[in-house]
Amino acid sequence: MDFLTQFFQVIANMSAASLAQHIVNGISLGSLYALIAIGYTMVYGILLMINFAHADIVMMACYFAFFGITVFHIPWYLTFILVIIATALLGVVIERTAYRPLRDAPKNSVLISAIGASFLLENLANYLFSGRPLRFPDIPLLSQTIGIGSVQIQAICLVIPVITFISLIVLLHIVNHTKTGMAMRAVSKDYEIARVMGVNIDRVISITFIIGSSLAAIGAFMWGVRYPGITPLLGVMPGLKCFIAAVIGGIGNIKGAVIGGFILGLGEVLIVAFFPQLSGYRDAFAFIVLIIILFYKPTGLLGEKTTEKV
Amino acid sequence: MSKRNMILTVVGLIVLFAGACYAQFELDSYLRRIINLCLIYAIIGLSMNLTNGFAGQFSLGQAGFMALGAYVVGVFTVPVELRANVFYAVPMNPLIADIQLPLWLALIVGGLLAALVAFLIGTPVLRLRGDYLAIATLGFSEIIRIVITNAQSFTNGALGIKDIPTINDVRYIFLVTAIIFLFITCLINSSYGRAFKAIREDEIAAEAMGVGLFRHKCMAFMLSAFFAGIGGGLYATLLGTVDPKNFLFTLTYNFLLIIVLGGMGSITGSMLGSIIVTAGLEYLRIFDEPWEIFGTVIPLFRPGFRMVIFSLLLMICVLFWRKGIMGTEEFTWDKFVAFCKNPFKYFTRKGAKNHG
Amino acid sequence: MKMKKLLSVLLASAVMIGAMTGCGGDKKKDEKKAAGDTIKVGVFLPLTGDNAAGGELELRGIKLANKLHPEVLGKKVQLIVADNKSDKAEAASVAARLIEKDKVCTILGTYGSSLAMAAGNIVKEAKVPAIGTSCTNPQVTANNDYYFRACFIDPFQGTVMANYAFKKGAKKVAIVQEVSNDYSVGLAKFFVEAFQKLTNDKNCIIDVANYQTGDKDFTAVLTNLKAKNPDAVFAPGNFTESALLIKQARQLGIKAPFMGGDTWETQEFIDVGGKDVEGCVLSTAFDREKASTEEAKKFLKAYTDEYKGEPSALSALGYDSYLIAIDAIKRAGGTDSKKIRDAIATTKDLEAVTGKTTLDKNGDAIKAAVIKVVKDGKFKYLDFVDVK
Repeated sequence: MDFLTQFFQVIANMSAASLAQHIVNGISLGSLYALIAIGYTMVYGILLMINFAHADIVMMACYFAFFGITVFHIPWYLTFILVIIATALLGVVIERTAYRPLRDAPKNSVLISAIGASFLLENLANYLFSGRPLRFPDIPLLSQTIGIGSVQIQAICLVIPVITFISLIVLLHIVNHTKTGMAMRAVSKDYEIARVMGVNIDRVISITFIIGSSLAAIGAFMWGVRYPGITPLLGVMPGLKCFIAAVIGGIGNIKGAVIGGFILGLGEVLIVAFFPQLSGYRDAFAFIVLIIILFYKPTGLLGEKTTEKV
Repeated sequence: MSKRNMILTVVGLIVLFAGACYAQFELDSYLRRIINLCLIYAIIGLSMNLTNGFAGQFSLGQAGFMALGAYVVGVFTVPVELRANVFYAVPMNPLIADIQLPLWLALIVGGLLAALVAFLIGTPVLRLRGDYLAIATLGFSEIIRIVITNAQSFTNGALGIKDIPTINDVRYIFLVTAIIFLFITCLINSSYGRAFKAIREDEIAAEAMGVGLFRHKCMAFMLSAFFAGIGGGLYATLLGTVDPKNFLFTLTYNFLLIIVLGGMGSITGSMLGSIIVTAGLEYLRIFDEPWEIFGTVIPLFRPGFRMVIFSLLLMICVLFWRKGIMGTEEFTWDKFVAFCKNPFKYFTRKGAKNHG
Repeated sequence: MKMKKLLSVLLASAVMIGAMTGCGGDKKKDEKKAAGDTIKVGVFLPLTGDNAAGGELELRGIKLANKLHPEVLGKKVQLIVADNKSDKAEAASVAARLIEKDKVCTILGTYGSSLAMAAGNIVKEAKVPAIGTSCTNPQVTANNDYYFRACFIDPFQGTVMANYAFKKGAKKVAIVQEVSNDYSVGLAKFFVEAFQKLTNDKNCIIDVANYQTGDKDFTAVLTNLKAKNPDAVFAPGNFTESALLIKQARQLGIKAPFMGGDTWETQEFIDVGGKDVEGCVLSTAFDREKASTEEAKKFLKAYTDEYKGEPSALSALGYDSYLIAIDAIKRAGGTDSKKIRDAIATTKDLEAVTGKTTLDKNGDAIKAAVIKVVKDGKFKYLDFVDVK
């Protein structure tokens, strides 16, 4: 009862400006989640494996950006492109060394290998760059604050949703209207048959990793400007949440990942907005939503229903 | 089991127990601590192997179940007169403030609590397969940790609990490990164990053969949680203090390495794996210290390098040596005897075939 | 497949061989030194993991102290540095290792109270004293006769900041605490108690918001906080999270000053926070301006020579813990751990960097706190608070 009265009190006291601010915060967080979730969903859609290392690829991309701008003084827009290239390379290297040798292995081995790759990247970053946080380079154009009425928005928060939607549209185009996309869909439907039909599996998977990692790099850049502390474990929690976002939307489904990202981002912010006493439980929210969704709709909101083949 | 093997097993256990007694009286507390950590990790490795290796359900929730066991031991074994001191920020909830349990009872209660939670979690989660199950169990282990962090009047939240009566007694921990080891061995060799393996190999076929899927999965999951809870409780008594950060989900990775290295689906493999990983991590410590060769310090070796090696080993193990040390095989006296009789022949292809 | 197997075997053996040669070299080194007349002091700090930054700074202080005071009782003091990896299980075995394997007579460290507590039982059982550098949780020394510390404790620091806020005329204060961090929860708790007592107002704390270690987005709690319009915000916590928190608060247009504890006093806090952390106020143990003792002057000079830049309070505390140790060894007249323990317990008016140090009956150092403010990208001395 106490809980409910508090809730109504909060609602009664909340001003329109606060609510608007909360919603803006939620959308900007959600679109960041969405951007990274797309990477998870791409890889899962094709390889049917959780790329645990994806979150750490994001982390590495942040370090690349730091080195590009702060250490080597390359202009940020050039660094942006270089970081995408470097990160895509990293993604391909990980795929070649950690996943490709296990292509015909049981699924659990691949999962363990993915966990291992993620763990290795974290420890490597810790060893190379030390555990002390670095500052993500400041890009005044993106990090300035803009006031609209009494709502404060960082410029980057306006850019992120735009980038997320551009990525979404470009990806949907690639997947649905190009030859590579067709091959991707074929591999994701049936890996063996696709191979028999002459699809170059290795190439398709490499391209998937290039796309996924490039998105991770873009996400990392946005993430860095918005939350400018870089640490080796930076990717862990966001990574898990983005994966959960992908599962909520229906893993393998690009639109679903975006929807999942927004649900999670908005949900996390609004739960604290309306139930301030639950702010300590905020991280649990994502997991609880995940479990509820899996219970009622195991394939996620937009996922296709599949039956196990014997 | 033949009579000879039975006798050999009993003799083996007695010899090991004698070894534990020797360790207790002769070795220094540092070595005893390492041995105890090996044994505790073996318990948790075994528990994880039960779901992941035998029943084939990839669960990553071990850290959460450990936390439950550890906290039951932590909350209920701290002497009542010291509690005001420990719960100095928020007083302990009066419901539990005066309950003090002996260690063995607290261990069992912790295990039971973990099993109960596993049952509650299992109902929705065990319908999932593969990666979904992994991520959902991982999520639950995080939820458990977050709840423990926030429930300050029961768990003291982030401040952690200290003054837990410690035991750094190899005999005690050895006995617990031995009982759990024997129990799991019997379980695996029973019809339940065969049902677990059937589920691992092919769920649909197992179901068609009349194996109750959910019942068996749930049973494996609960037993696994029970033993992880006991392991967590022992962990708490070994350290004498617990706090929620101990049980981050990355802790589970340690046990994952143990069972992967030892062999998914091998009891003796998990035992070996835990010894190698725990003692090995301790040994690898030299990688964190600077090396000097001919008077120059090699910059490669500095804090952090050990964990890089550790994660590399995990990768190498998975990539090149997927079966681990034991695969799904077990150490048996028959093989041991055959090996002793003719060690060279054992390694030839023909010998291996003869002895499975 | 065969190739791969061969490769893995080769790799594994390479690792093993590497390990063995390394170990061999190590032992030789140890023996050589053990043969001489040295006094071994264990240094027990997180050099990797979450707390690495703090551990490194303290190690600097301890090494500096060892350089300036290399001898006691005519014997050389040898530091044995061990990394506890910011992990409790590791901390426990590392402490046992220092005592059993390296046979140290006393231990210095650590940063992070939970790590100290994990080692607490071990030093208590082995009857080897330990001197904490910056583990501020009261539980570390409570009910443990063998753990001491060179720093003040959380209740003190929380009270200091409450006094400061009251003095500056704050009436309504909001708390943002890192709920998974014992340090933050402890400080917040004692701040609330002291502030309520000072203002005589039960409702002076208008908001208590929580976040978890590792969180990056604080906009939700901050938007709530903004609506309540506090005079000041007390937000003790890790410097990375705190810097992001303050940054986001400023972006949301929160103008209230932020107050915190000594963990903020690192270069990273300013690096990450940039101009947004300007004006943040924190309490700490040491400042150049207040460096009254001879030892402090020596320390300042040596630090600037060795590492450049300003020393942080953590380095000063590391330095002090070493001073307390060798002072006790001198008074104990040998390396008998029990005698050293008794000598540490009776430390009185020791000339240390952070002022004259006396340990109370719990083994905690009694000292005054310095209040600093971030100004022009530097920590500037602001005030001096001595709460009895």
